[in-house]
Amino acid sequence: MTSPPILEVRDLAVAFATDDGTVQAVDGVSFDLRAGEVLAVVGESGCGKSVTAMTLLGLTRSSNARFSGTATYGDTELIAASDEEMRRIRGAEIAMVFQDAMAALNPVQRVGHQIAEQIQAHEEISDADARDRSVGLLERVGIPRARERIDAYPHEFSGGMRQRVMIALALSCDPRILIADEPTTALDVTIQAQILERFRELREQTNAALILVTHDLGVVADIADRVAVMYAGRIVEYGTLDEIFYDPRHPYTWGLLGSIARMDRPRPKRLPTIAGLPPSLADRPAGCHLRPRCPHEFAECTEVPPLEQRGPTVTGDAAHTDRCWLPYERKVALREFQPGEIGLGAKTAVPLPQPQKGAA
Amino acid sequence: MGRFIVRRLIAMIAVLFAISVVTFSIFNVIPNSDPALRLAGRNQTPAQLDAIRRTWGFDKPVYVQYVKTMQKIFTGDLISYANQVDVDKEIIQDVPRTFSLAIGAALMWMAFAVAIGLYTAVKAGRFADRFLTVLALIGISMPVFWIGALMNYYLGFKWKLFPNGGYVPLTENPVDWLYHMILPWTALSLLFIGVYSRVLRSNVLDTINDDYVRTARAKGLSERQVLLRHVLRNSLIPIVTLWGLDFAAVIGGGAILTETVFDLQGVGQYAAESVGQLDIPPVLAIVMFGAFFVVLLNTVVDIVYAALDPRIRLS
Amino acid sequence: MAVEPATELTFGDPGVLAGEDPRDRVAGLGPWRLALRRLRRNKIALAFAALFVLIVLVCLAAPLYADHIAHTDPFKNHLTDQIKINGKLTDVVAPDGVPIGPTWQGRFLLGADGNGRDIAVRLLYGGRTSLLIGAGAAIGTVLLSILFGTLAGFFRGWADTVISRSLDILWAFPPLLLGLALGTALALGGLKIGPISIAGDSKLIPILIIAIVQVPYMARPLRGQVLGLREKEFVEAARAQGAGPLQIMFSEILPNLVSTIVVFFPLMVVNAIGLEAALSFLGAGVRAPNPSWGTILGEGIQRIVTAPHQTIVPGLMLVLTVLSLNVFGDGVRDAFDPRAKVRAR
Repeated sequence: MTSPPILEVRDLAVAFATDDGTVQAVDGVSFDLRAGEVLAVVGESGCGKSVTAMTLLGLTRSSNARFSGTATYGDTELIAASDEEMRRIRGAEIAMVFQDAMAALNPVQRVGHQIAEQIQAHEEISDADARDRSVGLLERVGIPRARERIDAYPHEFSGGMRQRVMIALALSCDPRILIADEPTTALDVTIQAQILERFRELREQTNAALILVTHDLGVVADIADRVAVMYAGRIVEYGTLDEIFYDPRHPYTWGLLGSIARMDRPRPKRLPTIAGLPPSLADRPAGCHLRPRCPHEFAECTEVPPLEQRGPTVTGDAAHTDRCWLPYERKVALREFQPGEIGLGAKTAVPLPQPQKGAA
Repeated sequence: MGRFIVRRLIAMIAVLFAISVVTFSIFNVIPNSDPALRLAGRNQTPAQLDAIRRTWGFDKPVYVQYVKTMQKIFTGDLISYANQVDVDKEIIQDVPRTFSLAIGAALMWMAFAVAIGLYTAVKAGRFADRFLTVLALIGISMPVFWIGALMNYYLGFKWKLFPNGGYVPLTENPVDWLYHMILPWTALSLLFIGVYSRVLRSNVLDTINDDYVRTARAKGLSERQVLLRHVLRNSLIPIVTLWGLDFAAVIGGGAILTETVFDLQGVGQYAAESVGQLDIPPVLAIVMFGAFFVVLLNTVVDIVYAALDPRIRLS
Repeated sequence: MAVEPATELTFGDPGVLAGEDPRDRVAGLGPWRLALRRLRRNKIALAFAALFVLIVLVCLAAPLYADHIAHTDPFKNHLTDQIKINGKLTDVVAPDGVPIGPTWQGRFLLGADGNGRDIAVRLLYGGRTSLLIGAGAAIGTVLLSILFGTLAGFFRGWADTVISRSLDILWAFPPLLLGLALGTALALGGLKIGPISIAGDSKLIPILIIAIVQVPYMARPLRGQVLGLREKEFVEAARAQGAGPLQIMFSEILPNLVSTIVVFFPLMVVNAIGLEAALSFLGAGVRAPNPSWGTILGEGIQRIVTAPHQTIVPGLMLVLTVLSLNVFGDGVRDAFDPRAKVRAR
């Protein structure tokens, strides 16, 4: 993976001015995205991952939003770009699949019309041709009897089929980057597997890059190449899938991994959690955001740790970076309670998954 | 869709029947006085009273009275005892005037309400929004007959910018017809513009934050396309039902007051004058036809609504 | 390898564990307190509420005004009287029938009407009538709507069918027309239901008419809300505790309806006042010579050509009253739900 990045995000910050003060939703997010790469942005609700995703498409622009930092896509700087430039890019170059397909599709318009609308917004094409393309797209995402279903309304589809319609919509102009915001959260597990299969196929067929926003580590493990872990508006760890799962270097990541329910282990009486609550984005603690909840915090933590590489690089050419002041050896010791177990603090232990041969 | 229409029509007929019964009860059952006296109004000679009792069947059981009353209304046999006028004929003559007023006003208020509602929603919170909202609130607070009378007096009588009331049939002289209708249309619209622009504003503000609008933007549509094709269209759907209801209410309500003030001699004014003279037969007929019209219009609106919003058809 | 499953968990106060700052705790405010706080912040709504209260007080003080300032009563004709304005003696009603306009003095402050009566005095007395009818009718609507809406929504089945169909039929009649019909029908002999009989010219008749005419507009939303409420868990819980239907209605359902009622009430009063004005204007509500804003306007509009002040002044008072109530009602609605879609008629 040595191709140049098609999207470079540097120090992206988004704040909203509200009646109750300024809410800093995103604070210094940086990452690269290469063609054909799947980047998973992971974190709990409210950590800023959706805002980040939507900001890339300029969907968070409003009179009370403040932006800083850059997101460079080819020749265009997305944050400062004009509405006209963004309009050109949306749907055609960068497309988005939203979480709740029932809410994200216009309930009173037929799905064929909604797909054709996007195509015709970017290409000079007749209604009949746009319609044919739409049918083809529905077939491509695996919707049976596409030629009949093209005239159906969103509520006439099941949840999984609706999500596929959204994917078809997003793909209609062959975008180079696909952003999926929790695409499987509203679906049950079996459908989820099918949707992920679609994404995998897409990647193979079109070499489009995918930014997958999710809170489900299972989905991440299934499909991601790189992972960015977000907490309270910041990326706290960024690396390849194997690096994050086998060599996590931030206490929050340990907590996330430690809270996964495992099928191959005896069932714990309770699922381990990270004590405390995430900070309000209007009033965040100084220094490291996790400090109030982290059992390993020490004096240094009152200063904001920059996103840097703090340990040996194992795979790839992009650095495995994190925001934790703890020395690397200390991390290795702290994160395992018992041999092969990983977690944030005492008694939140879950066995460390063993790396498979040739997994990298 | 076809089955939906049939179901609605059957329901409609049942309601129409119930309305006729209720109207009949209002006039001939509930009140605590001699029905013949009531009907005779001011002309109460004993001979007159006897004649009334016979033709209306007040000496017979209630259901016979009901049948006789309905017969009279629907066969054009209804006479107003105050001035010996054939009520049904009078109503038919007056209907075009009332419809001119109602339809014109309805078009006017919809046009202004959509424009103002959309504008204030897009500029929500800013000065233009607040200012127009205040105007809308004032519009809602003015009694239509008061503002109508003032408009007629100042613009019509005193400054002679418009005719001083009256009506010219469309078939006689379209320009004059329009000239005479502008003031009544405006007076009648003011109230409804106030109400509807605020409802539309509220709908648009809700819709503009809906997920599918965000999707529309993500597709790369221009802001104007998003507003018109997605926001406005979806915001208007609930308005259609309201509009249907209010149009019928206008015919039966606001029109009465406006016609009286501008002397348009429509059905509403006929009702008002009859009320003033305590002349019951016209009021009886007009109330029933008014309710009929409301039900008819509601059914049509329901069907249109189902055509616009496919989710409704399932019910 | 047997692993000790995680048994203990930090279920103690997570805040203390995390070293939480006590300032981070947000005291939970119930919906009433939140609404009240929002309303308090809405200065404009409060200002107009004060204006409305002022108007009500002034109208209530009508007898005081009539006796001490205007020195007359609402029915007394002063057709042949003369009063002193700026030292000159003027006819209250000129020989050609034109009454004097506002004198801005104690007597005939706002002028006289065609019959030589003091407009200001009549306006205040009329206000009492109109406000009484408006409030009375609105209260009547609320009570009837609660009754029918709750019965229909809670018991469903045939009770719901009967009530809902009846409401539908009532709704089919355009309100003003229905009011005219009832007003005309009841004018002569009044109303007699069993032992209760009401005279034809009693104020109770317009109150009843307007109350009934407005019921569908409130009963339906209430019924809808009751339908939703009865499925909620706290109702099930009450049922499981053995509470009978009446008890559930009073202790679980009604309290939740209160916020809807509070939001609707100003609108109902506004509509009732408007309906009374229209009905009285047309002669089917309050009847002349009794003063109400509707009858006063009716008389004024008849003479608008000769004495426009007789129309303008009473109308302005009515507009101010309705406007202040509208603005306050808006504020109440916003306070309870900033995104409410209550329909204002």
